[in-house]
Amino acid sequence: MGVFEDLVGQDRAAAVLGQAASAAADVLAGGRGAGMTHAWLFTGPPGSGRSDAARAFAAALLCPDQGCGHCDSCHQVEIGSHPDLTWVRPEGLSYSAKQTRDLVLKGAGAPTLGRWRIVLFEDADRATEAAANALLKAIEEPPPRTVWLLCAPSPDDMIITIRSRCRVVTLRTPSTEAVAHVLATRDNVPDDMAWFAARAAHGDVGRARRLALDEEVRRRREEVLSIPASLTGVGECIAAAERLVKTSAEDADAATATLNEVETAELRRVYGEGSSGKGLGKGLVRGGAGALKELETLQKSRATRIKRDSIDVALLDLVAYYRDVLAVQLGAGVGLANEDRRREVETLAARSTPEDTLRRTEAIMICRERLAANVNPQIAVEAMTLALRDPRVPR
Amino acid sequence: MLPGMATAAPVTLVVGDEELLADRAVSSVVAAVRADDPGAEVHDLVGGKVEPGELTGLSSPSLFGERSVIVIRSAQDLAKDVIAEVVKYAAHPAEDAVLVLAHPGGVKGKALVEGVKKAGADVVTVSKLTKPAERLDFIKGEIKRAGRSISPGAAQALLDAVGSDLRELAAACGQLAFDTEGKIDEAAVARYHRGRAEVSGFTIADLAIEGRLGEALEQLRWALATGVAPVLIVSALAGGLRSLAKVGGAPRNLRGGQLASHVGMPPWKIDRVKRQLGGWGQDGISRAMQAVAVADEQVKGAGTDPAYALERAVQIIVASRTGR
Repeated sequence: MGVFEDLVGQDRAAAVLGQAASAAADVLAGGRGAGMTHAWLFTGPPGSGRSDAARAFAAALLCPDQGCGHCDSCHQVEIGSHPDLTWVRPEGLSYSAKQTRDLVLKGAGAPTLGRWRIVLFEDADRATEAAANALLKAIEEPPPRTVWLLCAPSPDDMIITIRSRCRVVTLRTPSTEAVAHVLATRDNVPDDMAWFAARAAHGDVGRARRLALDEEVRRRREEVLSIPASLTGVGECIAAAERLVKTSAEDADAATATLNEVETAELRRVYGEGSSGKGLGKGLVRGGAGALKELETLQKSRATRIKRDSIDVALLDLVAYYRDVLAVQLGAGVGLANEDRRREVETLAARSTPEDTLRRTEAIMICRERLAANVNPQIAVEAMTLALRDPRVPR
Repeated sequence: MLPGMATAAPVTLVVGDEELLADRAVSSVVAAVRADDPGAEVHDLVGGKVEPGELTGLSSPSLFGERSVIVIRSAQDLAKDVIAEVVKYAAHPAEDAVLVLAHPGGVKGKALVEGVKKAGADVVTVSKLTKPAERLDFIKGEIKRAGRSISPGAAQALLDAVGSDLRELAAACGQLAFDTEGKIDEAAVARYHRGRAEVSGFTIADLAIEGRLGEALEQLRWALATGVAPVLIVSALAGGLRSLAKVGGAPRNLRGGQLASHVGMPPWKIDRVKRQLGGWGQDGISRAMQAVAVADEQVKGAGTDPAYALERAVQIIVASRTGR
């Protein structure tokens, strides 16, 4: 099966989806189609390829050959231009009920090309509770040819009423071997680099690829991993936190600056800037200022999210570091994510107790929760670095 | 032009968001007309309720030749066609009518401001006072209007005690001028006004860091009661502790300018932080900052009572101080 080949280390899920695609073809031919259903929830840890799996499934449903991977339809799905596939990727901090209602409307149409109308909702966990409730009816009884594909890290991230209406496809963390193999064969990454990236990314294929291919990403990781050793005093903790938050803000700026400019210029043009004719050529027409303001709000929300995501990547690298420390302390025979820093990890393992390591991991997790709860990033990260320096300070 | 009209322009535009000053500007125009013709009729209108044609009706010459003043407040709410009418009128004002428009500034109803300005109206700008020095000047001006004078210390004490609302300040100044004699000094202010009207998060942070628990809690309550946002107080606490950590953790051999650039703070602030550092050790700072992080979380919705979260944070900060 062509389209499912790209899924790394997900043989079981691919088999289930392949079967469902055949059943779907059976439905179209007028059969019973046992094994196909109208709502799917793809879950799995970050980087396990939730949206890739959903996209492959969409391609398989839309392709006359159930996902050959090289026909027009498969190609259109691949680049996201298929008329029957609505692809939603929430960019802001959350996805609102209003946006969801629009989505429900889009999902209610009949398929243009006669097979299926598919709504692929990436990061469906970003939908607010109200938004998820707005989805309920549409997911429970969609038009006969509509299929909903939702993606979320775990079934628990969706409200129970959504969960119970979907068939869950669980993706697992791909093994280091599988990730390294993919990097080496598909991206022509040298073997040792592929292994390094696969280990460091702990199963996240996308991150492994960025680590293997982008020098800057590797440098950033080094910077983050040098934090634990640098926390000798309170002043250093504050400085490390400041650096971390500042770098993530720069990330967000870099990622959004050009994007924002293009969007704003586009919107101004839509509202009549630079156009000529009767009543035009005097700046924005009525409603322009409001629309611009709305766009600014969206852009701000997106920047905050990029900033949070960027800090989160750093925090996950730190968690992996302390996981290695714990593995050494407990004598677990697992491979280290930070093989390149083995000596440092071993020194820290000898100097501290497993309890301390767990407390440190806990501190990082608390910091992640706080960031998600809108706590000032600097305050949250400072509390974390201070706890990493001395894990026994009461909280 | 009729006699007396020289004191009030036919069209006056008052732009700005400082209500008190705007009110004064409007009433001074009204007073000027009244001084000349006590029988002048005053029409006080609110922007959103002015109908098209109303202005034309009111400004048309009356049978008995009386003067009239038309005041339009909240002129940003005027309907689009009324704005056009006003702008047209401003270019050719009626002879025995005076028009006063009050606009708070901003984008809404901008066409009015620009149109009327272009038509040659008198423009009075009244913007909000933001700097303490401007407020002090305002107090001095108020007292001077009452024909008195005030010492700089007394003006500062009055500002501290009354707060930054100009209307309240003006009332306090008027009362002081009425109640006292001679030059107003600090003793006179202290006799009628006591304490502080506004507490900033920084005051609370300084008190907590210096270990003055009672005062810190008192000021905290006061700040919350006067409506300071809890988030601002948390960030002030965090900022204070952060400075402690930075200055305390800086290499011992750095002095003056080098130290200032190392920690990124102005020298005067470093001096103050150094004085505050007594009694603080690394573990104490660490514990205090954890408490602040918890407080921020609570204030942002994890807890039910921001006041409790802040009080607890202040208590832990003070308790962490004596620890090393």
